[in-house]
Amino acid sequence: MENLMLEGSAKTPKVSFNASEGFLELKGRSIPENSIEFYKPLNNWIDSYATNPKGLTSVDIKLEYFNTSSSKCILDLFKQLEKLNGDNTEVKINWYFEEDDEDMEEAGEDYQAIIDLPFNMIEIEEI
Amino acid sequence: MNNIYDIFEKLDEKKILLSFKGTITPDLLTTILQIIESKLDDYDEKPKVKRKVFNILVECLQNLYHHIDKEIVIDAKTTYDKSALLMIARNENNYQVMTGNYMETKDVESLREKLDFVNSMDKDSLKAYYKEVLNDGNRSSKGTAGLGMVDIARKSGQKLGYHFLELNDTLSFFSLIVTISE
Repeated sequence: MENLMLEGSAKTPKVSFNASEGFLELKGRSIPENSIEFYKPLNNWIDSYATNPKGLTSVDIKLEYFNTSSSKCILDLFKQLEKLNGDNTEVKINWYFEEDDEDMEEAGEDYQAIIDLPFNMIEIEEI
Repeated sequence: MNNIYDIFEKLDEKKILLSFKGTITPDLLTTILQIIESKLDDYDEKPKVKRKVFNILVECLQNLYHHIDKEIVIDAKTTYDKSALLMIARNENNYQVMTGNYMETKDVESLREKLDFVNSMDKDSLKAYYKEVLNDGNRSSKGTAGLGMVDIARKSGQKLGYHFLELNDTLSFFSLIVTISE
């Protein structure tokens, strides 16, 4: 299947969804007014990927900012991935946050509390 | 012409970094965010404070954008457009994001209840409530999550300041002040 690659913008993150490598990345900021519109193609891509997923799917979330409108879309995305996590197909989330960014660290913990997937919390100098 | 000086003096006295009155559009929102980001960089502001100001500003602006979606019609001659006021102040020990907009008087009570509810919660209750709403599966027709004020209160770490000025049975003016301490 085709990869989903989108350049980042002032309000939307860079998207790199690679089917053959089982590697999904969101990077930058997610603050669009209409998040549903932006996330729809991402949800659709994961739906197709779910029909033939890799043994290990690794998801890197490297967000600097996200708005509350995106927060539910990100949760939906995790819920799709949660369904993928099974005996033969494993899903791992790497949640990145910048040093001292307690708000982003907490946001990761909020998702971790709701979603039944392994979360790696990774502190880095700059996203 | 003295009026212009009056406005200048007031903005100066209130330490206003940026003020805007007019209709909030997505493009304007992007521009305001860019200006504030570069100002915060110029002040060499701590990353933590910078992120909080930016995040809170995004939510406040998007609240204005999403919730002022119609004209308020008083009578055939009087309608109020969806213009809003935004001000960002930089005081000695904190930043303040202030917004003002018209709203319908009939909607005042439910917004007041919502704000009082948010203000009644401490840090842990806000976190628990945020998670509950995040996971409730509901979304408005505009795609908003119903989390804006909760998120603003969580990130600011202080009570939201607000005021309703009832102009008449139909029209009220809503003011919001969010404080971000350095």
